[in-house]
Parts: sequence; structure tokens; C-alpha cells
Amino acid sequence: MVGERAQPEVIEKIRKELGADKSVLSQYAGYIKLLLQGEMGRSYYTNRKVLDDILIKFPNTIKLAFGAMLIAVPTGILLGFIAAYKKDTLVDRIISAVSIMGLSLPVFWSGLLIMLFLSLKLRLFPPSGTGDIRFLVMPALTLALPAIATLTRVTRTSVIEISEMPFIGTARAKGLSVFKINAVHIFKNILIPLVTVIGLDFGSYLNGAVLTETIFGWDGIGRFTMDGIIKRDYPVIMGCIIIGTVVFVLINLIVDILYHYLDPRVRLYASDR
Amino acid sequence: MHLTGKIAGSALIIILILAVFSSVLSPYDPEKIDLDTIKEPPGIKHPFGTDNKGRDILSRVLYGGRISVSIAVIAAFISMFIGLVMGLCSGYLGGKADTAIMAVVDLILAFPSLLLAIGVSIIFPAGVYTVMIAIAFVGWASFARLIRGHVLTLKDAAYIEAAEAIGCSRFRILFVHLMPQCLPIGLVMAGIKLGGYVLTEASLSFLGLGAQPPMPTWGSMVSMNRAYIVSEPWMVLFPGMAIAVTALCFNVLGDALRDKYGLKVKM
Repeated sequence: MVGERAQPEVIEKIRKELGADKSVLSQYAGYIKLLLQGEMGRSYYTNRKVLDDILIKFPNTIKLAFGAMLIAVPTGILLGFIAAYKKDTLVDRIISAVSIMGLSLPVFWSGLLIMLFLSLKLRLFPPSGTGDIRFLVMPALTLALPAIATLTRVTRTSVIEISEMPFIGTARAKGLSVFKINAVHIFKNILIPLVTVIGLDFGSYLNGAVLTETIFGWDGIGRFTMDGIIKRDYPVIMGCIIIGTVVFVLINLIVDILYHYLDPRVRLYASDR
Repeated sequence: MHLTGKIAGSALIIILILAVFSSVLSPYDPEKIDLDTIKEPPGIKHPFGTDNKGRDILSRVLYGGRISVSIAVIAAFISMFIGLVMGLCSGYLGGKADTAIMAVVDLILAFPSLLLAIGVSIIFPAGVYTVMIAIAFVGWASFARLIRGHVLTLKDAAYIEAAEAIGCSRFRILFVHLMPQCLPIGLVMAGIKLGGYVLTEASLSFLGLGAQPPMPTWGSMVSMNRAYIVSEPWMVLFPGMAIAVTALCFNVLGDALRDKYGLKVKM
């Protein structure tokens, strides 16, 4: 921070400023105290407030996450329904194989391949940067791949499980169309596992964002974290991890609350049980 | 076990053999810089081509496999061991120990896993052991939860009651009577989790938090060569493919294991 030939007084001054002269415990207590006041400190390099930077970059990550969801949720559910409907046929096997492949691809590698083909060979999208929807497509697609895979698998198992229930037999016997049985009777009942997975996937978007944003130069929290790691800029890293976790926990909370509305049998308060 | 599971298992054995014998099988020294053979495309002399410092990619992928796969496997065993001990204590002892351990487990599972692993690995100097610690730190929690659930079902079994009646110590019941019953589930769970650990290891070394250069790992090879993706795509293609194939085999095997033993756990 001060260079190799800094005066001892300068070093001492900066140590004082950073609070490095106090004991570890009191430093930690100070950090927690400031954190509770919404103060995450300043970056060692830019001297900008970490929280300010996070607030600028966070909307970009949210955009990316929603873009990925927009691709993943319909595709995953559709593929899952097809696989369940064509259970134990070739189509089902192909979809299962593709989805397990989607789970096994490292995001940073599939992202590079997507960039190579869509942008550098076919010239459809700009290779990297932050901006309008054209910049968003490729990173969102990269993030969506593993999410499509998990969604397909969960949809398939849940649809198969629900289709074997007696009320679906009744619906069939009533003469309802296949579409109506699937879209209304089955779909309503697989919502809980689906919402769980989508909520958890949101966490994995935060995971994946670190890698995807770095590759595509998307100016969000993920790349900010990565820059912080490379420069060992601890206030930035701490801030990003804390914000990421808070968002993850909040989403899980929202999912838990949603359960009640999706399935009134799930009670919100423990005393109801 | 279905056919795909068997194929994946056999492929994994091949990958493990390649990784273990990488020093014998590699045609070149993976760390030797040879400026006469810079950026050669895949050919007879260099089946996977060479990188920007003239190092043979095939040799680097083989050596990288040794590091990447062993980190994932060792991390899985550490996670399993910690998870086993914690799960046993939590499930059998109950009370305050149970509350405390499960609180920590919930805390860990509340974090996005890669972010937590990154957070752990920046505390220590980057390297092979740091990655293992980071993966195991995050990984043991799900083992502990599974084992605890299993111990709760075993706790009231007649043989445990008998062991208590003849005055076995808690320690003996935990590690002599309950542990052998839980070990198989732990092993199956480790098999299911391995694919994910391979990917986590690759991600951490892609981010530069893993084994340090010149030591080759798959993740760091993709990371360092990604500037050449357009002109020399083989530099990125082969190490990435190694990660994908290994993770795929582990995941397929994990699926087969899960179907066979009826475990409901996330990959």
C-alpha cells in the first residue's frame, strides 16, 4: 500500500488508520460494530467505500441472475415434463444424459466455449462487457446451463411421482385433456419442489457469477469479488461474501414463506402444528 | 447398478490409473519450458498440442489430473470423516451437543458453497492443502446432517440398548457399535459428492486459489490459457474437457449409487 521503501512513520500512521495496532479481538469487535451500522470499510486500493461499490454493481448481478432464470426455468420445466411423459424411452435417456452433462461442465469452461462459438466464430454477440441485452445473453446462458440440468431432473422426478397418484387417475377418467391434466393438476403439485430448486439455484447463480462475470467482463458483484481476491483487497472480499450470503439467506426465507401460499398445508407458524 | 453407472465406473478407474501413473505415462516433463515448440497444434509429437511456453499439454493434463483428482478424493474423505464424527455425536448424544453441532451445520449450509470456500481459502496461503481445507470445511456439513438422521433411526435399536445395558461406554457405543453402521452411507454420499468436489477444486484453481504455478491443475490451465482461446483453442479445450469428463463420470456413478441405495441427497 505504501511501497517497499516507505518511512517507518508512514507505516505506523497507516497501521493506526487501519487499526492494525490493536489486538485481534478488538479489531474484530470493531469490524462487527461497523458492520452492524452498515459500514463495510474502504477498499485498500481505490479507497472507495465497499458498500457504495457493491450497491452500484449489485443491480448488474441481479440482471444477470434474472436473465439466467428466464432461460433456465421454462427450458428446464419443459424438458422435465417431456422426459417424464416419455419415461424410459430414448427421448428420456437423451434428456437425462444432457442434463447430467450440464451438471458436470465447469462454468468457466462452458462459458469460454459459448464465447468462442457464439461471439468469435458466428459473431452474434459482443464477446464481453456490460451493457444492454446483447451483452447479457451469453453470460446468462452460461449460468443457465447447470440450472436447466437441475430443474429438468427435479421436474422429471416430481412429475413421475405425481402422475402415479390416484387423483390424476380420476382426472383422466373424467376425460380431461392431457394438456389440462399436466398444466393444472400436475403443475400445481410440483410447484413446491420447483420453487425450492429455483431458490437454491439462485444461490448457485451467486456462486457461478464469480466465474461467469470474470469471463464475460460483466461488471457485477462476482467480478468485484474476483478482483478483490486477486489484489487481496480484504474489505472488498468480506463485503461481497457477506452481501452474497445475506441475499442467499433472504431468498431461502422467501422460498420458505412461499411454501405456505403454494401449499396451504404448510404452516407458517410452529404453533399451528 | 445400471449400465451407464458401470461404464462411468470403468472410465473412472482409467482416469485414476492415468492420474496415479502420470509420471510414467507423460511423454514430456510438464513443467519444462521449451521455447522451440511454442503453441504447436495437436499432432503426432504433441497429441494435445503445446502451450505458450512450449509445455506439452498432454503431460500437463495428466499431471494436473493427479493433483485435481487427489484433492477432490482427499477432501471427500476429510469431509466424510468430520461429518461422520459430528453426525454420530450429534445424533447419539443429543441435547446441547446436538443443538450446537446442528447450529454450525445450518450456518454452513446457509452460505453459497463456492463463496464460503473462497472465503476460507483466502485465509490461508494459496496451495493444495488450502483447497482441501476449503472444500472439507464446506463439505462436512451435509455429511453430518445425513449421518445424524441415520443415527437417530438406529439409536433405539435393540443392540444399542443391549450395549448400554451391559455397560458399554458412550465412546465405545459411538465408535464400535454405531460407526460401522454409518460408514457405508458416508461412503455412498462421498461418491455422490465427488463430482461436485472436482468442479469446486477446478473453480478454485481457476480463480488462482489452488495449487500454485508451475504446478499444473486443470482449472489453472484453463485460466492461464484463456487469452489464446481464439488462436490456439486446444490450450483451453483439453484441460476443460478433462474436468468435464471426470466430473461427468463421478456424477453418473453418484446417480447410480443414489438409485441403488435410495439416498435422497443433492449432488
